[in-house]
Amino acid sequence: MRIRAQAAGDKATIRVLMSHEMESGQRKDGTGKLIPAWHIQDVTATLNGKVVMTAEWGPAVSKNPFLQFTIKGAKAGDKVGITWKDNKGDTRSDEATVS
Amino acid sequence: MNRKYQIALSAVVVALLTACAAPMPSSADLDKLTQDIIGRSFRAQGQAKLDRLSSDEDNLLCAEAERTGVPLDAKVTEAIEARNMKTIKAPADGKYLGDFKEGEKIAQSGAGKTWIDAEGSANGGNCYNCHQISKEELSYGTLGPSLYNYGKIRGALEPNSPVTKAITEYTWGKIQNARAYNACSNMPRFAHKGVLTEVQIKHVMALLLDPASPVNK
Amino acid sequence: MHVNAVETRMKKLFFALGLIGLCAAAFAQKSSTDSIAEYRAMLQDGNPAELFEAKGEDLWKQKRGPKNASLEKCDLGKGAGVVKGAWVELPRYFSDTGKVQDLESRLVTCMQELQGFNGDEIAKTPFGKGEQSNVTALATWISAESKGMKFNLPQGHVEERKMYEVGKRLFFMRGGSHDFACATCHGQDDKRIRLQDLPNLTKNPGAGNGFGAWPAYRVSNGQMWGAQLRLNDCYRQQRFPYPLFGSEATIALGVYMGVNGKGGEATAPAIKR
Repeated sequence: MRIRAQAAGDKATIRVLMSHEMESGQRKDGTGKLIPAWHIQDVTATLNGKVVMTAEWGPAVSKNPFLQFTIKGAKAGDKVGITWKDNKGDTRSDEATVS
Repeated sequence: MNRKYQIALSAVVVALLTACAAPMPSSADLDKLTQDIIGRSFRAQGQAKLDRLSSDEDNLLCAEAERTGVPLDAKVTEAIEARNMKTIKAPADGKYLGDFKEGEKIAQSGAGKTWIDAEGSANGGNCYNCHQISKEELSYGTLGPSLYNYGKIRGALEPNSPVTKAITEYTWGKIQNARAYNACSNMPRFAHKGVLTEVQIKHVMALLLDPASPVNK
Repeated sequence: MHVNAVETRMKKLFFALGLIGLCAAAFAQKSSTDSIAEYRAMLQDGNPAELFEAKGEDLWKQKRGPKNASLEKCDLGKGAGVVKGAWVELPRYFSDTGKVQDLESRLVTCMQELQGFNGDEIAKTPFGKGEQSNVTALATWISAESKGMKFNLPQGHVEERKMYEVGKRLFFMRGGSHDFACATCHGQDDKRIRLQDLPNLTKNPGAGNGFGAWPAYRVSNGQMWGAQLRLNDCYRQQRFPYPLFGSEATIALGVYMGVNGKGGEATAPAIKR
């Protein structure tokens, strides 16, 4: 994933691009069979190791999802960590420094 | 620097200068080069065979006029229109209008004739890509004029009137082969190029000319 | 320092994401073109093309192929290894191959010569598969390295000028079952197909905007498309037969559009609906 974290005043805007197929489980393939659901279920954001946001995603979120949120009190030099876990149990974590 | 290197360097310089200064081929030669390149650049795929690349005379003339910006001579456009007019056939049973509900489906569908479409499958008319047609459909293109209220505007809704007859025959011809009326029209020649069947065209006719069609409300 | 009231805008975010994920059904009240414009503006931030850029940058530097070499010595027209500014001068003539080449065909040349891959095999590989997907990622990154620069395709070499003229003829060539030319859709100002605006590719600003937007990420199918695939799909919809990858026809069209777009600003990799 790509994380950008920019501080402005007393908050930081975090932008995350995640690479994921995000199959809703409702699409059918060429033969008419349902393509099994495969999507991110949990997203966690940490600031300097402490959890500041959690999210539960479902089939409505699109492929290669983009997430943007702000953290109050974050400043340049702080470490932002993003972790996602999908319904197959796969997980990915990345970190960025607030600029 | 040694002699061999000097010669090599001069040769490169000469080659470069020659390439840069080389004269451009004539327009006719560029036409030929283009044809050669076309011959090397495509492969048949699915139902799209290489014969789709051979331009008929009408297409060649129109392409050149558009490219050069020099409009075709009046005699030439008349000849193109006459050639295409010959391809138009009146319906065998004399009936021009089908079912406007089917016509709407055909107008909405862009299916068919591409290399991912099964050969022989029903083709759509693609009409909404270029034209506004019904009032409800907001997703319409502007490459062609609006056809909303088509029959109504032309006073062609009264059955058996001479105006209705004339407009009906014109519309039929236009959909069959648009180039009969406008030599370099951008509109596909639906019957002449085998895109829509006679039955399908009748349905589209009804969409435009049936007084009961929503297009004329 | 502790973070107490974290402002997450989660609910708003989720809703926005849901909108992006689903169709633009919520925009029923405004005019359709306004709504589409708004939808597109929403898409601009967080372009998934960046994921492909990252992949492309890695591929440029990674030692790969039978020769176990990176692409860092690849000459894209401005000298071996020079990436910045290369894309806005492509397609151009290359003396080592004696041909005018676009970015994707030039990448295949480098993958063959430097890394030992089989260029013909890559050219035959369908888009989105195998090494073709790597070519797309590389093209995405390389175009991004010229973002904001102005198109300045060279026309100094006679081969480049010939290709411009060939491209122009191809642009106006009518064919296929529907007698479509590129010009049918892209030869006039202010036209649209359905609700999709059509850039006039015969001159600026359309040429710069249209040509300069690809490679682009297409939200509708979640795919990254390079210029070769964009042209390929144009020909498909024109009901033409299949243009070969890196064929002279596709490169000539690139020259025609790129030269027409001279001075236009490069925006690739863009995001499309």
